[in-house]
Amino acid sequence: MKDDILLQLNNISVVYADVIQILKGVSLAIRKKQIVSLLGSNGAGKTTTLRAVSGLLKPENGKVTEGTIEYEGRPIQNAAPETITRLGIIQVLEGRPPFEHLTVEENLRVGTAARGTRSYKEDLDLVYHYFPRLLERRKALAGYCSGGELQMIAIGRALMARPKLLLLDEPSLGLAPLLVKEIFQIVKRINEEQGTTIILVEQNANMALQIAHYGYVMENGKIVMEGEASDLRENPDVKEFYLGIAASGALKTYKDVKAYKRRKRWL
Amino acid sequence: MEFFAQLFINGLSIGFLYALSALGFVMIFKSSSVLNFAHGELLALGAFFFLILSVWAKLPIVLCFLVTLVGCFALGFIIERLFLRPLIGEALIEVIMLTVGLSAMFKGLMLLIFGGNLHNYPDFLPEALSIQWGAISVPSVYVSSFIIGLIFLGVFGFFFKYSSHGIYMRSVADHQPAALSLGVNVRRVFALSWAIAAVVCAMSGIVLGIINGINVHQLSTMGLKVFPVVILGGLDSIGGAILGGIIIGLLENFTGGYISTSLREVVPYIVLVLILLVKPYGLFGSEEIERV
Repeated sequence: MKDDILLQLNNISVVYADVIQILKGVSLAIRKKQIVSLLGSNGAGKTTTLRAVSGLLKPENGKVTEGTIEYEGRPIQNAAPETITRLGIIQVLEGRPPFEHLTVEENLRVGTAARGTRSYKEDLDLVYHYFPRLLERRKALAGYCSGGELQMIAIGRALMARPKLLLLDEPSLGLAPLLVKEIFQIVKRINEEQGTTIILVEQNANMALQIAHYGYVMENGKIVMEGEASDLRENPDVKEFYLGIAASGALKTYKDVKAYKRRKRWL
Repeated sequence: MEFFAQLFINGLSIGFLYALSALGFVMIFKSSSVLNFAHGELLALGAFFFLILSVWAKLPIVLCFLVTLVGCFALGFIIERLFLRPLIGEALIEVIMLTVGLSAMFKGLMLLIFGGNLHNYPDFLPEALSIQWGAISVPSVYVSSFIIGLIFLGVFGFFFKYSSHGIYMRSVADHQPAALSLGVNVRRVFALSWAIAAVVCAMSGIVLGIINGINVHQLSTMGLKVFPVVILGGLDSIGGAILGGIIIGLLENFTGGYISTSLREVVPYIVLVLILLVKPYGLFGSEEIERV
């Protein structure tokens, strides 16, 4: 059971600029080859959790002040991103920033930075296999690509590094529903076919819980609930707070919304 | 007509030198957004490095060349490591002020060691390099500056376009956090850009030294000419730096030849202002790409 765990966060606290505490004792255990989804409203600390894992807190002036992060049994909290990426953890940033003045293919090649000089042709084929659209557009400047294409570039870039653990930060942000479905299907395929462990941060809880194996719910810098994705989908609180379905299945009245706020404080 | 051709060729080869030195400036700006005010001193450092090797140590010229290349590469690395790395994450203006300080320091050191006099390299360029075309004669210095410029611009153009490290460097220039998230070693990219800048500066410093003699003040002023060149071409465009260098080189020589030698130094700046009125980002500077 213990060998099964790829990443473990033990009671970590994260503080930005020495004063602003965002995470207040978060513990997670991520099992190998699973998709684990991290849900929560804005400001709950989901992105910060990802940054703590990938080492990207430092450029934002943040720090893990307490607790440990263990990846394959060794502590990686507060390590430099160069080190962490070389261990096989790659984060796909929220908002999928492209390298605008690089072509699509050059964008993908940046993904090889984390793993040395091995030939990248095979990896490129792999990315094009999952995202045929990128093959068509490979000579185009990324700055002129559409939002969906940019998300494909962002995931593709990460895939080039052959990550063991992929951290996806809101891949559905601002995309059309059909496209979201497509991207999620691809994420699922990557997980199944490549055996990549994935932590998926999402606002779109419905979608996320459909492809995830396990889920955590965060509020205010703490984990408030966890469980198998199928259980979470059925949980009345999750249903009401994150899936927008009232217990009765009917549309909520204003009174219910107030009750929801009250309940939320309790969480 | 011969006069025109002569000016054209001289301008072109000087232009290549400007382009080469501007390449170094653009590299640093592109990767770390730092305007390097110590640019002229990098030129002079390279030229004096070569002087020490060729005149004081009397090494064979080819060896001098190679050692200068390697030495300046290391020097760029060291400058970044010692002075710039501690400032990563600080406000940009502080880093830029630091380069002003570096400029003063290097200049002072060189004056201390070499004095303010004019030094000369031994005559080592073979006469066979010079070209005689009817009434047009191109001295061997200009031919060699042309060749050196072409080689280095070609090599670095290729490096940025196709090599992995070139692509990493461009990715850092475009979006640093994203490059960091993919494991690009940003500090190494900064160091590499300083190292490359020092190398190309040294090359143009040496050739300028062959043409005009080596003098601290003169070379650091030459370095300042990088500003009209890069602003003309667009601060962050390597292609623009090359073209800007050639344009400024040609302009100087034509003005010197047809109008008056005293206007020579001013005209590039006048044209610069005119071009910027029409194209505020420079000829090739990247306007922010707006997605529609």
